[in-house]
Amino acid sequence: MIGAALPELSIDLTPTLVISTALATMDHTPVHHDTALARAQGSKDIFLNILTTMGLVERYVTDWAGPRAVIRGIDVRLGVPAYAGDRLTFSGTVVSDAGDLLKVEVRGRVSLGDHATGTVTLEGR
Amino acid sequence: MTGSAKNADEELRELAAKQVALGEVRGAPAADPVNVPMIRHWLAAMGDENPVYLEQGLAPPTMAQVWTMPGLSRGPKERSPVDDMMTALNGHGYTGVVATNCEQTYHRYVRVGELLTPATRFSGLAGPKRTALGVGYFATWHITWYSGDDEPVAEMMFRVLKFRPPQKTEPQEQAAELPPYPLQPAVNQDTAFFWDGAGQGELRIQSCADCGELRHPPGPLCPRCRSAERTHRVASGTGTLFSYVVHHHPPVPGRETPFVVGVVELPEGVRIVGNVVDCPIEEVRIGMPLRVTYRRMDDRLVLPMWAPEGR
Repeated sequence: MIGAALPELSIDLTPTLVISTALATMDHTPVHHDTALARAQGSKDIFLNILTTMGLVERYVTDWAGPRAVIRGIDVRLGVPAYAGDRLTFSGTVVSDAGDLLKVEVRGRVSLGDHATGTVTLEGR
Repeated sequence: MTGSAKNADEELRELAAKQVALGEVRGAPAADPVNVPMIRHWLAAMGDENPVYLEQGLAPPTMAQVWTMPGLSRGPKERSPVDDMMTALNGHGYTGVVATNCEQTYHRYVRVGELLTPATRFSGLAGPKRTALGVGYFATWHITWYSGDDEPVAEMMFRVLKFRPPQKTEPQEQAAELPPYPLQPAVNQDTAFFWDGAGQGELRIQSCADCGELRHPPGPLCPRCRSAERTHRVASGTGTLFSYVVHHHPPVPGRETPFVVGVVELPEGVRIVGNVVDCPIEEVRIGMPLRVTYRRMDDRLVLPMWAPEGR
């Protein structure tokens, strides 16, 4: 299993996705839904909030691992912002396989570079 | 602001130690127990088709934080040990913020009906450090979510960089119109940080990365602890005139005589040489309060100079 690659997942970061995920995670910070205000603060556009980044990393791994998998931990290093209008593409590799416990290295890229890189620990696949 | 950068750093470090000593501080319980409608909205927004959550009445693990988000509620905001630290960092000019790390551990998936309560502890402050965004501090805290009274179900380590956004300096004249300035400083690996700072409107003073001692002009070794590890701090930009000369003769290429060369004592504790400008020469006095000003000399060089405070 070590070295096995997860299928890529590419997500179109529409304004609808950025805003609906921000609100579904109860994050009403204006830079995640108010384009004019985000631009006034120097951002290119509205951008994904961190709770969504964590949620999408979780989804990416469970899409592959299936409903029986149990996520034990997600460690993410945050990089460049994921702006509306961009695409977020996840790739992943299994890096350790200790009995029931798997570790998957995940990388989420946007046009500006790495948005999130990290490790997901799961069991019971 | 007349407080020195050194004192500011000490103040921030002291506050950080105080906040760490507070330990874990409980917040208010979630407004709602873990519930199906919020899970359903979250799954739809994320595009997550994993059936296990709705079939078994479980919350996706990364929703842990969602349950205790304040949302749009306008009630009095409770203060966590992190808030005072952020306020102090903002007050010292570290107004920029960017999250750098988020690490979550899930002890178990929580069930519909459980009520979660967060508890926050401030874990530490590291800095000041030079980063691509500016000089800043890394602040780290931990949140644990408890179900009921005392069962931890999820934990998170969160780290942000609070940075001082580089000040914009208005060039005195259009750089393109300036001929190359004939007196160029020796810019090398030891001094580049200083000149880079001048170009960005920052007065940077070398400091020992081990013991924190400030030194100017820059040098390879700390005179106090002899460490070769170095970093820098951004000075407040104020000072007092410690000594000066008025240069009349001989002529200096690129400059009009007479001009004032001063030794300026910074509240941070070091002295720096620079021209005193925007002040009639007969009004220059030892002890006069000064503030740094940045003069573009040509398309590459910006020199820090000193003008009377309040002018």
